[in-house]
Formats: sequence, structure tokens, C-alpha cells
Amino acid sequence: MIGGKKILPRPGFSVVLMITWILAHQSLDPKTLAIGAVASLLLPAFTQHFWPEALRVRRAGLLLKFLGIFVYDIIVANLQVAWLVLGPSSKLRPAFLEVPIVLENPMSITALSAVISLAPGTVAANLSGDRRTLLVHILHTKDEERAITRIKERYEGPLKEIFE
Amino acid sequence: MISLIEYVIAALILIGVSFCFVGSLGLVKLPDFYMRVHVPTKATTLGIGSLLIASTIYFSILRGAPAVHEILIVVFLFMTAPISAHMLMKAGLHEGLPDVDGEVEKRRG
Repeated sequence: MIGGKKILPRPGFSVVLMITWILAHQSLDPKTLAIGAVASLLLPAFTQHFWPEALRVRRAGLLLKFLGIFVYDIIVANLQVAWLVLGPSSKLRPAFLEVPIVLENPMSITALSAVISLAPGTVAANLSGDRRTLLVHILHTKDEERAITRIKERYEGPLKEIFE
Repeated sequence: MISLIEYVIAALILIGVSFCFVGSLGLVKLPDFYMRVHVPTKATTLGIGSLLIASTIYFSILRGAPAVHEILIVVFLFMTAPISAHMLMKAGLHEGLPDVDGEVEKRRG
């Protein structure tokens, strides 16, 4: 086996690949399924070396609840950003926030910055070299401390519980 | 029944188009680079999201052929949008682009 001792180094990844394959082909005929199965078994093994250590979902229930909150936040964030864009630009107070992070796994830090960028008027701009501080740009804030606390409580806390 | 679905599709398309419009407007209107990065990641993701949901409903129900490509597009969009926004922000900081007050951010990783 290339790069791993197990036949299925990443069962989750294989399942996701298989589902993606079926969705992309929109068919369930045996030929599609066979090629998909071969690809989803081989690709994880070939790419094993490039992956950082695996991320394990420790609390699936909490993950579902988090996703629900996240979808709600995306919709709210869109309305807020739309409102801010339509209003007068001179009233906007953008700021760079330095968010100290306690997450350790690179994958969960990636998840956190993706969530920050998609959700509430914020975009993750830079991660410090020691992976301790995430620089976040916020489109409009009156209280920087509160914005930082909100990110930490609403997103980082649950992610820490789910993945670490 | 069919006409109700058509109303839903029309509403979704209108919502999607409005958000896409606001996203483009933001690109023109907002004063500095860092603020402009915000709009394509937000307004447009939900805008495109609504359009794709409308497309799924249209082809699945009115045309009778289940269409699930759109789900893939949404998933990939939501995975890649934050990454490109992040790379743009990083590049902006690295180049030392001034923000709205004319200040240059010196904080780099």
C-alpha cells in the first residue's frame, strides 16, 4: 500500500469522494460506480503524504448544531453586509482584529478561518507564524473587544469541542 | 401546485440576483481594498446559492429529471470562497496597501 499501512487510510475522505463522483455523474450505473470506487480507494492512499494529521470529529451532535448556527449566521451576515454596502460608506468603521486562538490542529484552524470568512462581516486575513493569533478584518464594528469575544465564543469554542 | 413552485423559483432567482447585484455594487462603492474583499465572499455566495437552489428545483420538479450538480457547485463555492478571500487579504497586507484612513498595515505573520 502506498504511504500507509491500512487499506483505507481515510474512510471519511473516500466516502466524500464517492458521493462527489456520483453527484457529478448523476447516475448509478455499474460502470460509474466501479470507476468511482477505484478512484475513491486509490486517491486517499496516493495523497496520504500531503495531509496533515487527521482531524477526528469527536462530537457529531455538536457539529450538526454548529452547522445549523453557521447557516443561520451566513444568511444574517449576508443581510448585514448588503445593508452596510447600501448605506453610506463613510459611516463604516473597518478594523483589524487580533484574535488570540487556542485551537492547535492546523485543520481546525483552517475550519475556523473559513467559518470567519463566510460568516459575520469578517474575513480572516493572516495567521501569525506561531499559529497563536489570527488577524481578522471586520467590515464594521463599534466595539473591537466584543467582536473578538463573539468570534471566540460563537465559533472557536464549539470547534475546539468538536475537533480537539 | 406547479404555479406555486414557479413562484418559489421566481422568488429565489430574484433574491439571488439582488444579492449578486449588491455584491458587485460593493466592489465599486467601498473605499478600500480590505473592505472590498468582504463583498464577494458574502453577498455573492448567498446570491449564487439561491440561484442554484432555484435551478435544482426547476430541473428536478418542473423538468422531472433530478438535478444535483448544483449541490456540488454550492459545496465547492463555500469551500473556495474563504480561501481566495484569505489569499487576497494576505497579498494586500504583504504589498502594504493603505486602508481607508491611508494607514499601511504593518502586522504580518
